[in-house]
Amino acid sequence: MSYCKQEGKDRIIFVTKEDHEAPSNAELIEDDPNDPYEDHGLILPNGDINWNCPCLGGMASGPCGQQFKDAFSCFHYSKEEVKGSDCVENFRSMQECMQKYPELYPQEDDNDSAPSGGADNAPSDSVPTSSPESTPATTENPAAS
Amino acid sequence: MLNFNGYKLSWSVLGWLFPLSLKFIHFSCLYKPHCPLFSRPYILFNSMFFSFLSVVVLCDCCNANAAVSEPAPAAEPVESTAAHSDVPEHAPYLLIGGGTASFAAARSIRARDPGARVLIVTEESELPYMRPPLSKELWFSDDPKATETLSFKQWNGKERSIYFQPPSFYVSPTDLAKVENGGVAVLTGRKVVHMDVRENKVKLSDGAEISYEKCLIATGGVPRNLQVIDRAGEEVMKRTTLFRKIEDFRSLEKISREVKSITIIGGGFLGSELACALGRRCKSKHSVIQMFPEKGNMGKVLPEYLSNWTTEKVRKEGVNIIMDAVVKNVSYKNDKLEIKLKDGRLIETDHVVAAVGLEPSVELAKSAGLEVDSDFGGYRVNAELQARSNIWVAGDAACFYDIKLGRRRVEHHDHAVVSGRLAGENMTGASKPYWHQSMFWSDLGPDVGYEAIGIVDSSLPTVGVFAKATAKDTPKAATEQSGTGIRSESETEAVAVTLKAETTAPPPPVQQKEDYGKGVVFYLRDNVVVGIVLWNVFNRMPIARKIIKDGEQHADLNEVAKLFNIHED
Repeated sequence: MSYCKQEGKDRIIFVTKEDHEAPSNAELIEDDPNDPYEDHGLILPNGDINWNCPCLGGMASGPCGQQFKDAFSCFHYSKEEVKGSDCVENFRSMQECMQKYPELYPQEDDNDSAPSGGADNAPSDSVPTSSPESTPATTENPAAS
Repeated sequence: MLNFNGYKLSWSVLGWLFPLSLKFIHFSCLYKPHCPLFSRPYILFNSMFFSFLSVVVLCDCCNANAAVSEPAPAAEPVESTAAHSDVPEHAPYLLIGGGTASFAAARSIRARDPGARVLIVTEESELPYMRPPLSKELWFSDDPKATETLSFKQWNGKERSIYFQPPSFYVSPTDLAKVENGGVAVLTGRKVVHMDVRENKVKLSDGAEISYEKCLIATGGVPRNLQVIDRAGEEVMKRTTLFRKIEDFRSLEKISREVKSITIIGGGFLGSELACALGRRCKSKHSVIQMFPEKGNMGKVLPEYLSNWTTEKVRKEGVNIIMDAVVKNVSYKNDKLEIKLKDGRLIETDHVVAAVGLEPSVELAKSAGLEVDSDFGGYRVNAELQARSNIWVAGDAACFYDIKLGRRRVEHHDHAVVSGRLAGENMTGASKPYWHQSMFWSDLGPDVGYEAIGIVDSSLPTVGVFAKATAKDTPKAATEQSGTGIRSESETEAVAVTLKAETTAPPPPVQQKEDYGKGVVFYLRDNVVVGIVLWNVFNRMPIARKIIKDGEQHADLNEVAKLFNIHED
């Protein structure tokens, strides 16, 4: 059972797990999804990319920021069947730029450096189901040179 | 390598293009579980894209690049040249001060204004770095070179540097005007001494002038000193540390290895963290004393019962705590410092650390004609952090109007990040008020950790809702792997646990010794929750933020407390 005591102006309540089992009846105000002041995630309500999203770290602001923005914008708006397949050029120049700053953009192909364990919900089995062998087939369209 | 339309592309490039599925990414960063973004899942990119990004991207709560697989090379203090030759004549975005707020603003400006040219001018000889590890992680590092490299292990085992970015991130000041896509340049070892608001230009300590279009003042502050120490003469000053910067950390670290006793004056965040850090390090060899006028550690922040509980924990870290201590006099005698308290007690020590607050740096107010706040100190700015047209202020030096909580000045790391980012947004035309409430945290050893948000002032009436703590509810347990090293359980702790087990029977809890293991404390002003402390309860900051944002009067705070699920991990 919970009990409560008062120490001067401070009130202290001790509660057991059972005490807190019933759902709360505290009322919270519904959030306005279009609140212009609210921090949004990576994608804004209007579908644009929020380059200032903290989740991007320094990607959009570093020396290769412009290349990154171009590549990711292209990917984001790509309507191709295989999303982003029309953006090879952008990704290439991004990679070229990033290679010039190995300190900032360590070139690692494996997921060793990814935040470990509980950081990701899904296991990091980032093996594409569209396997590498099939990719040449799907991308062998006259892409931009 | 694969040939594709004549281009040789590595698998990794192609890998980016072929999405798998979106996945929820929990961003965990340097200070998990304290990362304010941690609980906010981001549907990021497709997983393949992210697998590349995961190498370099991390959350901004600490402006960190966590995935540096080896310790970043120590950024050497950049030589400050005497000549004006490296000072650009004009900077579209001029940021005065090179700390956390300034860096956050630089990043925000660059994200929003493509090709922006940003110039940071700092008095320090260092590139922008984060302060919290200076009184925490860097002391716990096993690496003997930590003081030199300023690298430390994060919660997830990865090394990172306290510098936000390595030197290669920045453009040199001389190249800033020319570099194709703009960038961020840092002019070190230079102080802005005069600001001409009409002509939109500043003058540096070496006489050089820089004109600007938009300017941010993020000058932070300097540690306060006790008057009695200031007046006590050179021998005492030589043995006193005012702790804020990298050089202070290095100096204190060296001293801690050389002297027998260190006394920390001040019972707030910095004082208590340093006391714990030094206490842990020096337990067997030295004596660490902490003294303050309040009745307990964090006496101005936590309600008395929690402050007392915290004080006990700090004691367990090996600190000799002296409460109700008002320093009357400090003198140098027989190669020792003698501290005399108002009540007559005498304490002998080798070295003093004064952690008695921060004086915001507002020297430019006069020449710039900017208002200084008489209640909170700092430059007075509006809800959008603006002082005047084209001038914004962020970080420790900003006394701003918080739409929800009123006018305030906040001296915390996350606030520097949040306000810096907001200032950067507003400098690029956003016109947003201070809306996203910043948070702060403290870990005093592996048993006491809390996160807090809003106005957390112990003079306000509070309502605390606590659960029985289990062994799982500590910062060390809340993290995947503590970078601080697992503290082995002492015998006394093991005994205490057994005793509790016996008494935890149906009889009312009143009979047990109160154990504020975990819970949530609400701080009220006119019956509205204006501040919340999450006591050994992690990853719930978004709920706390929401409650403060709502600003509602809740009839039963126990019901509000239910929203936090304090009994669960």
